[in-house]
Amino acid sequence: MSAPPESTRVGWSREEMAQRAALDIPDGSYVNLGIGMPELIARFVPKGRELIYHTENGLLGMGPSPAEGMGDPELINAGKRQVTVVPGASFFQHPDSFAMIRGGHIDLCVLGALQVAQSGDLANWSTGEPGAIPAVGGAMDLVAGVKSIFVLTQHVTKHGDPKLVEACSYPLTGVGVVNRIYTDLAVVEVTPHGFQLVELAPGVSYEYVAERTGADLLPIAEGATK
Amino acid sequence: MIDKALGSVAEAPVPPPPPLNPPAGGGGGGRGAPPPPPATVMIGGFGEAGSPIELIHALIDQGATGLTVVNNNTGSGEVGLAALIKAGRVAKMICSYPRSMNSTVFPELYKAGKIELELVPQGTLAERIRAGGAGIPGFYTATSVGTPLAEGKESRSFDGREYVLERGLTADFALIKSERADRYGNLTFNKTARNFAPAMAMAARTTIVQTKHFVDAGELDPEVVVTPGIFVDRVVTVANPAHESALVAAGVSYPS
Repeated sequence: MSAPPESTRVGWSREEMAQRAALDIPDGSYVNLGIGMPELIARFVPKGRELIYHTENGLLGMGPSPAEGMGDPELINAGKRQVTVVPGASFFQHPDSFAMIRGGHIDLCVLGALQVAQSGDLANWSTGEPGAIPAVGGAMDLVAGVKSIFVLTQHVTKHGDPKLVEACSYPLTGVGVVNRIYTDLAVVEVTPHGFQLVELAPGVSYEYVAERTGADLLPIAEGATK
Repeated sequence: MIDKALGSVAEAPVPPPPPLNPPAGGGGGGRGAPPPPPATVMIGGFGEAGSPIELIHALIDQGATGLTVVNNNTGSGEVGLAALIKAGRVAKMICSYPRSMNSTVFPELYKAGKIELELVPQGTLAERIRAGGAGIPGFYTATSVGTPLAEGKESRSFDGREYVLERGLTADFALIKSERADRYGNLTFNKTARNFAPAMAMAARTTIVQTKHFVDAGELDPEVVVTPGIFVDRVVTVANPAHESALVAAGVSYPS
């Protein structure tokens, strides 16, 4: 899959999406970044903020990938890629790692999504296809236990179907768990009244996003400040 | 004198687990006694980090079959856990993520209906093992509430939030990898190779460790011991353990 040329792209690139999400992560947060696009966020944390990255396989204080040939096959992240540690890091066993998650000690988790419902339900582990090998990893623990859940995803699927929907058709990861969604088109908050538009990507209109959203999208309120 | 050290990996998995509750009448072991039921084996590791490859290969050589294996994944390539599965020794996997890079053995058997899968969220798996090792038969967690993985499970509300009942998990054997060990079975680990190993050591009736370094009693600072020796039964030194990714990249299969 190749990115469309700059001239025809509408909205934010993957890097810009990650950069926009990074802006909303408070200084001092303990953060778990999901495998894939959420990992990009670490590259865009504004200067002056210190975040501590948790990886559920037993490390707090995860650093970037090692230089070629300098890694340890036994120092990896949840995506099983080699990583490094920052000063002040700690290692721990799995039950302690998930006590951090389930016990509400991790401030924020950023995950990908197949679908998000207007109630905050998340589906991100299975399309429920018969014959597919089901695999869940730590996603259900993360959404059940981490204080804030951000979703970083394209606004629609490769086939153009909305990913923000009234109700998920895929098997759920968690019920009513998502707080905010960062897409290529907009930033959307999940509220008791449904999807609330927070910000539009440059050059994107409310109507353009609303057409591509599978549920009501509350417009930015008059006089609201960003 | 306590000395849990073994001479070689070949000795490690051979002895059958002793019966926890010997049958009434002092029977067992005589002619006509039924064969022992297939064992449950917990295998440490998250991906290749902490995977006790040499112990798994010794288990393949030993021949036990019909096993239920507990591991976060299902191995990669055709070495270690994937080789055990490929050899047809595993009837059931209990894991959170059976799909991984270079993982083909399990998916093929699963699609052919030749291996059973119990899918467990990763944190629930970790806590089930910890609880089993701590003598706790069940616990409530909010993880998986409202999802297909909660179906058929007892649920209960505490302080207005819904939780599902999950069972503690124990095993006949645990195979784990440590960085350092002494003759008492005190262990330390290497970085993220620790993962499930300390909990599995607690949850298994017989815990077998392969260690990179075997040190004299007293060399491990009591302040840094991660797994106290009481949870460990046997220790074997494997000074130069293979790395799964290197074996897979080299196209190695076990047995070759």
